[in-house]
Amino acid sequence: MATEVHMHGRIGESIKRKEDGRFIRGKGNYLDDIELPGMLHMAILRSPHAHARISSVDTAAASGMPGVIAVVTGELMAQHKLAWMPTLSYDTQAVLATDKVRFQGQEVAAVIAESKYQAEDARDAIMVDYDVLPAVISPQQAKEAGAALIRDDKENQKDNHIYHWEAGDQETTKAAFAKADKVVRLHTFYPRCHPAPLETCGCIADVNGATGKATIYMTSQAPHAIRTVFALVTGLPEQNIRVISPDIGGGFGNKVPVYPGYVVATAASLLIGRPVKWVEDRTENLISTGFARDFHMTGDLAVDKDGKMLALRVHLDSDNGAFFADAQPTKFKAGLFHIVTGSYDIPTAHVTADGYYTNKAPGGVAYRCSFRVTEASYLIERLVTNAAIELGMDQAEFRMKNFIQPEQFPYHSATGWVYDSGDYPKAMNVALEQLGYDELRKDVKARRKKGEVTGIGIASFTEVVGAGHGAEFDILGLRMFDSAELRVHPTGKAILRMGTKSQGQGHETTFAQIVTEELGIPAADVAVEEGDTDTAPYGLGTYASRSTPVAGAATAMVARKLRDKGRKIAAHLLEAAEEDLEWESGRFYVKGSPDKAKTIQEIAFAAYTNIPDGMEAGLEGVHYYDPPNMTYPFGTYAVVIDIDKGTGQVKVRRVVAVDDCGVRINPMIVEGQIHGGLAEGYGIAFMELITFDPEGNCIGSNFIDYLLPTAWETPRFELGETVTPSPHHPLGAKGVGESPTVGSPAAYVNAVMDALAPYGVTNIDMPVTSDKVWAALRAAGVNE
Amino acid sequence: MKVTLTVNGSDRSGDVEPRVLLVDFLRTNLRLTGTHVGCDTSSCGACTVLIEGEPVKSCTVLAVQATGRSITTVEGLAQGANLSPIQIGFHEEHGLQCGFCTPGMMLVGTSLLERNPNPTEDEIRWAISGNICRCTGYMNIVKAIKHAAMLREAATATTREKAGAAPGGQ
Repeated sequence: MATEVHMHGRIGESIKRKEDGRFIRGKGNYLDDIELPGMLHMAILRSPHAHARISSVDTAAASGMPGVIAVVTGELMAQHKLAWMPTLSYDTQAVLATDKVRFQGQEVAAVIAESKYQAEDARDAIMVDYDVLPAVISPQQAKEAGAALIRDDKENQKDNHIYHWEAGDQETTKAAFAKADKVVRLHTFYPRCHPAPLETCGCIADVNGATGKATIYMTSQAPHAIRTVFALVTGLPEQNIRVISPDIGGGFGNKVPVYPGYVVATAASLLIGRPVKWVEDRTENLISTGFARDFHMTGDLAVDKDGKMLALRVHLDSDNGAFFADAQPTKFKAGLFHIVTGSYDIPTAHVTADGYYTNKAPGGVAYRCSFRVTEASYLIERLVTNAAIELGMDQAEFRMKNFIQPEQFPYHSATGWVYDSGDYPKAMNVALEQLGYDELRKDVKARRKKGEVTGIGIASFTEVVGAGHGAEFDILGLRMFDSAELRVHPTGKAILRMGTKSQGQGHETTFAQIVTEELGIPAADVAVEEGDTDTAPYGLGTYASRSTPVAGAATAMVARKLRDKGRKIAAHLLEAAEEDLEWESGRFYVKGSPDKAKTIQEIAFAAYTNIPDGMEAGLEGVHYYDPPNMTYPFGTYAVVIDIDKGTGQVKVRRVVAVDDCGVRINPMIVEGQIHGGLAEGYGIAFMELITFDPEGNCIGSNFIDYLLPTAWETPRFELGETVTPSPHHPLGAKGVGESPTVGSPAAYVNAVMDALAPYGVTNIDMPVTSDKVWAALRAAGVNE
Repeated sequence: MKVTLTVNGSDRSGDVEPRVLLVDFLRTNLRLTGTHVGCDTSSCGACTVLIEGEPVKSCTVLAVQATGRSITTVEGLAQGANLSPIQIGFHEEHGLQCGFCTPGMMLVGTSLLERNPNPTEDEIRWAISGNICRCTGYMNIVKAIKHAAMLREAATATTREKAGAAPGGQ
C-alpha cells in the first residue's frame, strides 16, 4: 500500500515560528505574568554606596507599615547560614550584606509585603547607617599599593588580585618576537556594558510547607544547573526543588547567574509559607546583575617584512567587580579568551590574564557571546586592521595572506584549540564581492580627495561555541553536555523536551524541525517543551550559542534511536527482514518494493498496539549528548561609514555580514538572530556604556543613560552566507546566535579607524561616540 | 479612587490608589498581562497601549487619568480567532523573537497604519523609534509593518470591489 508522506518543516525550510501565536496575542507567559494564590511581593533595599561599612540596619519603621509581612536583613539570613552563597567561579558572594557593601546596588535588606507598591514603600523606610570607604573602580586602582582591600571577608585575601591565568607558550613567543621585522601594539579597553534584555530578572518562590516542595519560577537560561546550585546552597533535597523557566523576554547571558534575590525570595517563602514574587526594576537590573566585558587589553602582533604574522602576545586585566561570579567553564578564568589568535595562522602565542576585585557589580557574563570570545575577537580584529594600516597593506589582503587555509583543518591553534572546520578566504571573498569592495575602495579615495572622512572596516571573526566536551568544559563540576527526550504518541504526534531554554531563539520551531528531518514527523506535530526541571531531562542550558550544537545534536541522536526501534517495528509489520528495509522521508519501505512501506505514524501506532514478542512497548527515548569538540562558526563582516567632520558623528552607510554557521536548520530564524546581534553589536560599538564616577556611582543605571539602539539609528543589514558543515555535529550545524555580536563591534570600529587613519588616529575605545571622534579630529588639526 | 474606562471595547472599572500607573492597573487589576514593563523611565515602549487610537506609554499615565477613555491593548487586536493584519505581519515576516516588545510594537504599527496606510521604511522606523527591541535588529519589524500595510490595502480593495458589485452600489 502506497502511503503519502508529509514532512513539512525539514532542515533548511524557513517555516514560520510555532511559538508566535501566543506572543502576538499578548498571551505569552512571562515571569511577571504569573499570579499565584496568596502571593506576596518582595522589594530589595540596595546600597547607595560603592564601598562602605554597615554600622546599623533599622527595620522598625518598615516592619510596621501597611501590608508588610516581613523585613529580611543580612543578619536574619546569617542565622540561617544564607548570608553568603557560592558563585559560579568558586568564590563567595553576599546574599544580603552583613559587614560591608562592596558595590553600589548591592543587596542589603528585603521587604515582603502584600503588594508591590507596599513592599517598595516599606523598603524606603528602612534606615541604614554606613561608614563610607574609598572606592576602587578599576584594575589599575585595584593593584595600587595601599588600595582599599575589598574582600576583607576572605581570610587569605591580602590584596585585590583574584587570579593569574596563562595560555600558549611564553618561550617560543618570545623567540618569534625577537626575529620580527615589525611589532604592532594595540592597547584597548573593552568597556563594561550590559546585556539589558527587555524583560528584567525575577522569580516567584513557592515553598509548600506541607510537602516541602519548593517550586521556583525563574527567568533562567539554565534552570537545571540552578536547581543543583540551589540544592547545594539551601540544603533542600534536590527532588523537592522544581525550577520552572517560563517564557523569557530575552537573556543574552544576563539570565545565567544565580542572583541574591532568588535566594532571599526562596528563604522568605520557606519562612512565611506563602509564594513570594520578586521582579527587579530596570535600574536594579543595570546596576546589580551580570555585566559584560570590562577587559583592559594589550596586544602585540609580530610580523615579518612580507606581512606574514609570526607571533601574538596578549595581556589583559579583567575587572570582575566585588565578587568573582563570572559564569564560565571552571578551568578557564578568563573564559575562552585564548581563542584570541582568531582566524589567523599564527605559529605561536602567549596570553596572560589577571583578574581584580573592584567596587563594581559582580558577575561577568558573556553578553551574547561564548564566554569572552567577543573580547578576544575584538582585540585581534582591531589589531589586525591597525597592523595592515601600519604596514601599508590593504586590510582584506593582509587578512587573506594570514588566514588559516581550508586544508589546514582540523587546525591546532597556538593556544590549544582544535578548530573543527572553516573556509575563511571564501567567506571573505563573498563579503568583498557583496560589498563591491574594489569599487568602494576607489570611491573612498575619491571622497577623501574631496575632504570627506570615510572608511571601510572589516572583521573576519572565528567563534568557539557549543561547549563541551564535558571533560574539558564544566560549570561547578557539571559537565557541559545537553539532552533531549522524545516521546512519540500512538497517533504519531510527539513531544520533545530538552535541557536548554529558549529566550526568543525559536527553539520550539528549530528543534521540531530536527525531529522532522530525522523521523519524518511534521514540525507542526512536534511539541517542544523546555524549562521545567520536573519534566525536562537535565541539561546545562542556553547560552554560549550551545543549544543547536549540543541539545540540537541530542535531538538528532534521540530521533535516530527511535528510528532504529521503528525499523524493528516496521520489519514486524511488513514481515520483512530489518536489513531489507530502507528509510526515506518518514517511512520504511522494502528494498525494491517502494509500495510496501510503513510510515512513522503507522509505526508509532504499532509501538503501542502491535509489537513483536519481547519488545518493550512505546516509542520514546532520551539522549545526553556530550560533544566531541566545540564548533567554530566564522564569517567576514564589512562596514562602510562616513564621519561628519563638524560634529564627529559616525553614520553607518552599509553593513555586509557573511556568516558561516554550518548547516542552517531554519534560515529565517538564523537570519533573525544575525540581525539582532548586528544591532546589539552596533549598540556596543557606538552607544552602550556602564561607567562609574570616582566614588563608584554607576553611570548608566537606566535607559536614559544606558543607550540602546532604536530603529532610527540602527543600520540596515545585508546578509550573505557560506556553508561549511561541522564535521562532528550530527547535522553539520554550528550555532549562530552570538556570531554577529562577536564579529561586528570590531568591524564597526575598524571602519572608523580606517576613516581616521589618514589623520594618524590609531585607536578610540568603545563606545565610539561623536565627542570622542570630534576630539580625535581636532587633535589631528581638523577644524570645521 | 474609582476608575472606569473602556478596554478593548468592554467597560471596566476598579478601585485604585491615585498613584497606581495605568500599566499596573491593566496588568494587576484587569489581568491583561500582554502589556509589559521593560523600564522605569518611559524609554522602552514595552507598555505601549492605544488611548483613543493614539499610542501611549502606559507607564507614564496614572490609571485615574484614563477614566472615561477608550483603551486598546494587545489583547484587543484580534477579532475572536481572526488576527489583525499587524499580527499576521509580525508572524509572517518573523517580526518577533522573545516577544516582549511585540505588543508595543504592534500597537504603534497599528496606529501608524491608521494615519498613514502606506508608510515608507523611514516613516516606519521613526514611528517605532520610541520602542526598543533587543532581539530583531528591527529589520523584520519594519517588514512586518509593511506586510500589514499590504494586507490592509488588499482588504480595502476587496471591500471596495464588493461595494461596487453590490446591487445599488456605486
